[in-house]
Amino acid sequence: MLTMMNYFPDEVLEHVFDFVTSHRDRNAVSLVCKLWYNVERFRRQQVFIGNCYAISPERLIARFPGVKALTLKGKPHFADFNLVPHDWGGYVQPWIEALARSRIGLEELRLKRMVVSDESLDVLSRSFTNFKSLVLVSCEGFTTDGLAAIAANCRFLRELDLQENEIEEKKNHWLCCFPDSCTSLVSLNFACLKEINLAALERLVARNPNLKGLKLNRAVPLEALQRILMRAPQLVDLGTGSFVLDRDPDDFETYRKLRATILKCRSIRNLSGFLEAAPRCLPAIYPICLNLSYAAGINGSELIKLIRLCGKLQRLWILDCIGDEGLEVVASTCKDLQELRVFPCHPVGAGHAAVTETGLVAISSGCPKLNSLLYYCQQMTNAALIAVAKNCPNFIRFTLCLDPINPDPVTMQPLDEGFGAIVRSSKRLQRLSLSGLFTERVFLYIGMYAEQLEMLSIAFAGESDKGMLYVLNGCKKLRKLEIRDSSFGDMALLRDVGKYETMRSLWMSSCDVTLGGCKTVAKKMPRLNVEIINENDRMKFAHEDNQKVEKMYLYRTLVGPREDAPEFVWTLEKLLFTPGGLLEDQ
Amino acid sequence: MEKEGLGLEITELRLGLPGGSAPILVDKNEKKRVFSDISGDLDNSSTDWKLTQTKNQTVGWPPVCSYRRKNNFQEKDRLETSKMYVKVSMDGAPFLRKVDLSMHKGYSDLAEALEKLFDCFGIGESLKDMENSEQVPIYEDKDGDWMLMGDVPWEMFIESCKRLRIMKRSEAKGFGLQPKGSDHKGNSKDVAK
Repeated sequence: MLTMMNYFPDEVLEHVFDFVTSHRDRNAVSLVCKLWYNVERFRRQQVFIGNCYAISPERLIARFPGVKALTLKGKPHFADFNLVPHDWGGYVQPWIEALARSRIGLEELRLKRMVVSDESLDVLSRSFTNFKSLVLVSCEGFTTDGLAAIAANCRFLRELDLQENEIEEKKNHWLCCFPDSCTSLVSLNFACLKEINLAALERLVARNPNLKGLKLNRAVPLEALQRILMRAPQLVDLGTGSFVLDRDPDDFETYRKLRATILKCRSIRNLSGFLEAAPRCLPAIYPICLNLSYAAGINGSELIKLIRLCGKLQRLWILDCIGDEGLEVVASTCKDLQELRVFPCHPVGAGHAAVTETGLVAISSGCPKLNSLLYYCQQMTNAALIAVAKNCPNFIRFTLCLDPINPDPVTMQPLDEGFGAIVRSSKRLQRLSLSGLFTERVFLYIGMYAEQLEMLSIAFAGESDKGMLYVLNGCKKLRKLEIRDSSFGDMALLRDVGKYETMRSLWMSSCDVTLGGCKTVAKKMPRLNVEIINENDRMKFAHEDNQKVEKMYLYRTLVGPREDAPEFVWTLEKLLFTPGGLLEDQ
Repeated sequence: MEKEGLGLEITELRLGLPGGSAPILVDKNEKKRVFSDISGDLDNSSTDWKLTQTKNQTVGWPPVCSYRRKNNFQEKDRLETSKMYVKVSMDGAPFLRKVDLSMHKGYSDLAEALEKLFDCFGIGESLKDMENSEQVPIYEDKDGDWMLMGDVPWEMFIESCKRLRIMKRSEAKGFGLQPKGSDHKGNSKDVAK
């Protein structure tokens, strides 16, 4: 058989492989035989690295010399919720330096939860002549000086997408750094910035006729939005900034002009923004609110009015002040809804329940195509979850955020049966977040039924280690497991350490795992990095094996312990196997 | 529903914290973060484990990323407290005042504030019993028309109000406003007192 395959000239294999685009399929292709591995690797253009410490830039470059588009992810997911200390790591600098030194013709870079410096952006902007697309999601460490370098030096830039980053804004007008010759922009998103140079923005929009996506920030007032839309009626994705008018009678003229301009924007398919919005301005957008994705600034009856017009809505992100009644309007109007995210208005359950299980059940019965849910609420019942499971068997993502240890308030039972119904009915479930009160029974259900589950988040789980074992044993496709404030300990951690090499990472914080348990994992599995984060007890950590660790993050890697860990992160491999290391191998 | 080999021992259901044996809040491990009661909060009797906004608040809960925390929470607060200052004039008073409409929940609340501002009585009553009150609160709306306060819902009022005036009843007749309960000629109807 193998000899027959060798009769295919490489060009034929290359041509066939070009049609294989998903990362996983490409990875599978490369495992068939050495020939296919070699043919595939020279043709691979898009590389996805889910954990920047799993591999080194040098090995990336060696294996995929033709890479043009790179995705890198840094910090663990729980960094979003302040569980990972600030200087933990995830620096992009070594990657950019290595790529710059090589002959890689990088064109696209997408980073998530990484630390990016102005210097990195500067080197990036100067090193790759065909660089086209930069997407930064939840990154930090850079200022508008870095953006200025990108604007000034990337002559063929098509996309600059800044999503939810922490960016220090300097007095420079980075937008002015786009040269007059820059006419290739297709997508620009600066919604996370506080300021912007309006004149430069309008000029930029005017000279970029291919601009399809534009997401503005709060500093862009309504008048400027109207002028921008005049110049860019071809927009497909629009994120507004501030959608308010002052109480000046002249502003009625602006509003009228805006309405007229919007009617000319026939291509808008996705709408977001509305970081603040005055109700009387909203009728202007009624003609285009086909796919309203996020409108934190629109509330109450205005939001309901808007939603009644959005019959084709597929994706909706809103605040929970919409209430159950509002969700019922969504359910009766938005029959094509696929993704719903309901975020909390108030930081902590402040007494009044904005949305409850009633709203969720209504959504599920009105929107059977729902496949992605993020829902913050204060109470949930098993009956409701069972109904939701029955109505919506297509969940790929199901994230429920309840007050911890809250049982079903009607029956006072844990929510095992409810979540069990969800995993049983949604056979393609890939991502699940549990909250509320549950027992190890829910993990039994997950282990038995959630065959496609890739990511599981667990918070405030009581009971015994069995729960974690059910999951590790049952979920064959599990890639990421993150657990906080739960009573899982060494028994669960150590039962099947080989499993962790089949996963990307495991996070356990405020659990019952001990230093001794973590050391055991590290000793048995040289291709895992076992990192202990001990912020609070730097001096006091007693090096006793039975001491519980505050935070443990372990991940598979081909390149051993990282060199850039800060002093409060202890990589056990390093400490165990380095002569004279901090922790003696006992 | 039991997998073979894995005994389904459903342990006794305890509503306790991880690691704790008693079904009450116990801080077993100083490093663990716990919930604490709101002292004196008897409103919600369902459970003692309510998250609070005290310094013992659990880190990272609810799990909302910091970007969204900053934008949503501030947004709501900002919207709720975005200033809506309008000028208020009162017939006979030498100076105009300014009042922030967003600080008030409704007409009676506003009326009380106006009474305090101008050190007078009767505005609140005027809302209930227009015919007999000494003062008539009116406002100029966004179209430039002078309207009697109290007719439209509060939210609609604060959106359209540009300024306020507290008029004397004697002036009102000349102004052309129709007090409630009068016929179109401005004569009072008989109203049971």
